[in-house]
Amino acid sequence: MEIIEILFTASFWAAAIRIASPLIFATLGELICERAGVLNLGIEGIMVAGAFAGWMAVYSGTGLWTGVCVAMLVGMLFGLLHSTLTVPFGLSQHVVGLGVTLLATSSTYYAYRLALPEVTSPPKIEAFQPYEIPILSDIPLLGPALFSQTPLTYLAFILVGGVGVVLYRTPLGLAVRAAGENPAAVAAQGLSVTAIRMGAVVVGSGLMAVGGAFLTMSAFDSFFFEMVNGRGWICIALVVFGSWRPGKALLGAVLFAAFDALQIRVQQTSLGTHIPYQIFLMMPYFLSIFALILMSRRAEVPAALMVPFNKGER
Amino acid sequence: MRLEPIKNPTLARKLVPPAIALISTIVIASLLAMVAGANPFSIIGLILKGSFGSQFAILETLNRATPLIFTGLAVAVAFRAKFWNIGAEAQLYAGALMTVLLGTGVLPWPSFAILPLIIVVSILAGAIVLLVPALLKTRFGVDEVVTTLLFNFIFLLFVSMLLEGVLKDPMGMGWPKSARLIPEARLPRIVDGLRLHWGFGLAIFSAVCIWIIQTRSTLGYEMRAVGLNKDAAAFAGIPVNVVIVKTALLSGGLAALAGFSEVAGLKGSLTLDLSPGFGYTGIIVAMLALLNPLGVIVAALFVAGVFVGADSMSRAADVPTYLADIMLATALLLMVLAIMLTRFRVVRD
Amino acid sequence: MSKDAVEALSLSAITKRFGELTANDAVSLSVRVGEVVALLGENGAGKTTLMNILFGQYTADSGTVRVFGDTLPPGNSRAALDAGVGMVHQHFTLADNLTVQENITLGVHSLMKPSLGRAAAKARIAALSKKFHLAVAPDARVGTLSVGERQRVEILKALYRDVRILILDEPTAVLTPQETDDLFATLRLAIEEGLSIIFISHKLHEVMAISDRVVVLRHGKVAGGVDTKDTDKNALAAMMMGTDATAPEVSPAKPGAPLLALHNVTTVDVGSVPGLKSVSLTLKAGQVVGLAGVSGNGQAAMADVVGGLLYPKDGQVVMGGETVQSWTPRIAVQSGIARIPEDRHKTGTIADFDLVENAILERYKSPEFSNGGWLNWRKSRAFADGIIDKYDVRCPGSDTPIRLLSGGNMQKLILGRVIEANPQIILANQPVRGLDIGAVNYVHSQLLAARDRGAAVLLISEDLDEVMALSDVIYVISDGRLSPEFKRGEMTPAQLGLWMAGQGFETDSVHAS
Repeated sequence: MEIIEILFTASFWAAAIRIASPLIFATLGELICERAGVLNLGIEGIMVAGAFAGWMAVYSGTGLWTGVCVAMLVGMLFGLLHSTLTVPFGLSQHVVGLGVTLLATSSTYYAYRLALPEVTSPPKIEAFQPYEIPILSDIPLLGPALFSQTPLTYLAFILVGGVGVVLYRTPLGLAVRAAGENPAAVAAQGLSVTAIRMGAVVVGSGLMAVGGAFLTMSAFDSFFFEMVNGRGWICIALVVFGSWRPGKALLGAVLFAAFDALQIRVQQTSLGTHIPYQIFLMMPYFLSIFALILMSRRAEVPAALMVPFNKGER
Repeated sequence: MRLEPIKNPTLARKLVPPAIALISTIVIASLLAMVAGANPFSIIGLILKGSFGSQFAILETLNRATPLIFTGLAVAVAFRAKFWNIGAEAQLYAGALMTVLLGTGVLPWPSFAILPLIIVVSILAGAIVLLVPALLKTRFGVDEVVTTLLFNFIFLLFVSMLLEGVLKDPMGMGWPKSARLIPEARLPRIVDGLRLHWGFGLAIFSAVCIWIIQTRSTLGYEMRAVGLNKDAAAFAGIPVNVVIVKTALLSGGLAALAGFSEVAGLKGSLTLDLSPGFGYTGIIVAMLALLNPLGVIVAALFVAGVFVGADSMSRAADVPTYLADIMLATALLLMVLAIMLTRFRVVRD
Repeated sequence: MSKDAVEALSLSAITKRFGELTANDAVSLSVRVGEVVALLGENGAGKTTLMNILFGQYTADSGTVRVFGDTLPPGNSRAALDAGVGMVHQHFTLADNLTVQENITLGVHSLMKPSLGRAAAKARIAALSKKFHLAVAPDARVGTLSVGERQRVEILKALYRDVRILILDEPTAVLTPQETDDLFATLRLAIEEGLSIIFISHKLHEVMAISDRVVVLRHGKVAGGVDTKDTDKNALAAMMMGTDATAPEVSPAKPGAPLLALHNVTTVDVGSVPGLKSVSLTLKAGQVVGLAGVSGNGQAAMADVVGGLLYPKDGQVVMGGETVQSWTPRIAVQSGIARIPEDRHKTGTIADFDLVENAILERYKSPEFSNGGWLNWRKSRAFADGIIDKYDVRCPGSDTPIRLLSGGNMQKLILGRVIEANPQIILANQPVRGLDIGAVNYVHSQLLAARDRGAAVLLISEDLDEVMALSDVIYVISDGRLSPEFKRGEMTPAQLGLWMAGQGFETDSVHAS
């Protein structure tokens, strides 16, 4: 079977990891927000903004890593807007999130049109190049798949561990997890729920933007409209699939990406010529919904997710 | 800081925050236009002129408002019951799909029966599309926000597949486009010679119906109760899940009418760019209307006016049309904040 | 215990207004080192507001808080904690997804500190729990703990921070009499260590048992302060209520025909909350059946079964001689069961609905209020206005959102809704929780009047005094099991307390009445 053969090629797994990388950033970002009790539906738009900001910075002459920082800062700015409205003012996280997505997307497109008027095909930048980790990249199959990626991918994997350690091994992570479960417990210990939640949303949004920037600075080398194409929503599903745990979310992102990479390859096989390509493109979305159905009963939702906290209220 | 409910808000309390939100939106849009090199003081005038400045402009705005009234109603109905239908886009295409399936002359029905049949089938199609997320929510506890969002992508791909496959117009010169509707399946114009079709009338009629249902019927009472307090509703004996499913059917049906009215009233055939995001914009319409069905009409006119006006402003002042989306997003965020501030006062601890 | 003259805490002339309401009016209070001061007052007297000011959750409009002579900055919980003030809230402030140890150490370290210092924390918790007789498992997830265990975690949380002043807000509300004794033993150990304690309660016998001094709050003002040894329960009650409020006289019941019976009803457990375990119970016309027990022992399942929200996994619900097949709240209401829910804010009313919409909430489908799917607002409004009139619901009008009403007036509307339906059976679940004494007496007298008209009443309450005062027949529920039936006056509170603690069930777990 052709499909089995595909599964044993290094290039397939390398593609899967590459597809997974932006999802990992954004899923971690969403996970941090939700662990603190805030659903961030701004994710889709923040990824668009990050994709543009990072790429634009590099196109204007900054270094690649500076571009990543610019993307993150832009994401954090939208996170600040989101959290100001949803945390101290306690506005509907659904409405504000969708509003932030719309605002981030439209202001990105506006900025793009202003910066590059009358451009038909967007200019390219010198994107991140794969870096082969010595020795490790020589391992058969695993080496080319895992250790010949761009530095941003390595950063994504390191961040999974980093976020895990912070959430489970530090006083800060404790406070974040408590804020999403019972904010009153946080307030009673003299900590500011508002500050913790806003901080989590700002940092999380920064990561989402880096996820977007991965698309323009590592996976591709220029910015297109519609390039995020629902990835943000998929990340929200991945957070549920991962039961709000960084490790499981990583697993979910890689599984999802492997499936995505597979459908792209199957399209090019003899099987693919008989089936409309739209069927293949639908698969990732169906997979997300299926994962949600599978996990929704088992997952331990943070108890105070989407519940605003008004200090001193009884 | 803390929020304290205001028992008896004064008239000023009710009016000043929304007014400030509106003015801020205008100021922000003007400043952004200035960044684009336009005269900031002329922008709003240009938008108004482009949307309501002539008979042609007004008709264009009304036409643009028509699908927005439907999707706005769909969202308002669903959000009222706290059922977060973000998938009006998919349901819209479901309605449009049924319209071209039945309206291209395949049925040997008498001509007077074709339009009513298409309307009914479109509503059913939209309802069924939203039924899936509703059942996933009530049966498996799957959050409908994500499922309805993802269904938008799935359904658009599905439509694309049909338009490149079985529904492809053989006369379409290779474009992914359906065949044209037969004349009997077209919505007639309200006044001969004026470019405004009966879809607008249907939209107004739907808004009034929904308003009556919400304020007078037991179903409306149930939907509001479920939205405001699910636990209390369940305790009182309201079958919460049944109400959610009914809400979803109603909401999906309304969104499908947007697709029907665009195809049967305006375009005459189905293409993939039928909706420039009417489903998503419906959320803004519904929120600006405070989920009130009659308010949806006003909000849809406002939103349509911004879009139509921004199109002509864009040509006149050389400002990207995305300014319209920025204005609406800003208006949405500031307005939800303003509405909250009409009910609560910010106090120090 | 030694009584130093050292002042640990002093609140002087604290005033706090919420809009038109003055929650605290120039309240002054001082606590000496090693002293237990009871803060006594009805619900709404301003106790919790005062403590929230002390703890920095609210900022006072005027007045100062001094701890060991130093003035605390207002509105700063952190400062209060750092000065050695700790508070055990009435509603526990624990995160269920964290372990006991994580809850205790939450916020103790700077958030920027890279490590949790788990080993040291564990040793310290072990030492404290030994010293103060507070047995806990540090690695257990709080979500799996019982109510009593959670309270121990709350106290440890305060002790871990080396508090000098410990505030306990209604700590015994969730405990059995025996657990209360254990708590008091722990508090005495704490006093020996030189802590000062503020004990907030409205239970007079507990106040008499534990405190050195009593300060009574009434309508936001200090109504008096006395040394405990110089006073008695009656004097305190008079001080607390301002008048000698008298409970309604209870005439002997005249039990009639059985109206509703549960036969060996079993329901599923919900998380750590037990369901019913083969419970049998009969409600008869003209009789109040009281269900006593510590919160979380199956009362919710009992209320849900009788109220139509839960169909038994096993056993039968028999109404009017017939076993019910389908069982929903609507069917229950239609068969003549009226319900006063446990939580009037969360389940009893819809905050943003007006009084009319709330009045018809359970019966909007009945021909009285709707026809063919269309509501009759005229009749509904007349119904609501009738309740407002008859039950003295204080409100600006029936088109007011119910969230603007006080708890007492909200409960009066629910009571009116229940009684005007002319029910055969009344399920009263915590009907007076959080009400002031006037409202309590009103609700109780209405329930008794309904009984005398021939209704069967099932009273579920965690307040043993309430159950004993009102019930003709008492059952105790513990871990989902029902005790035998006790007649009025047959048992002392202490005996019932043993049943509440689960003793007596081992030999015979199933009782038919």
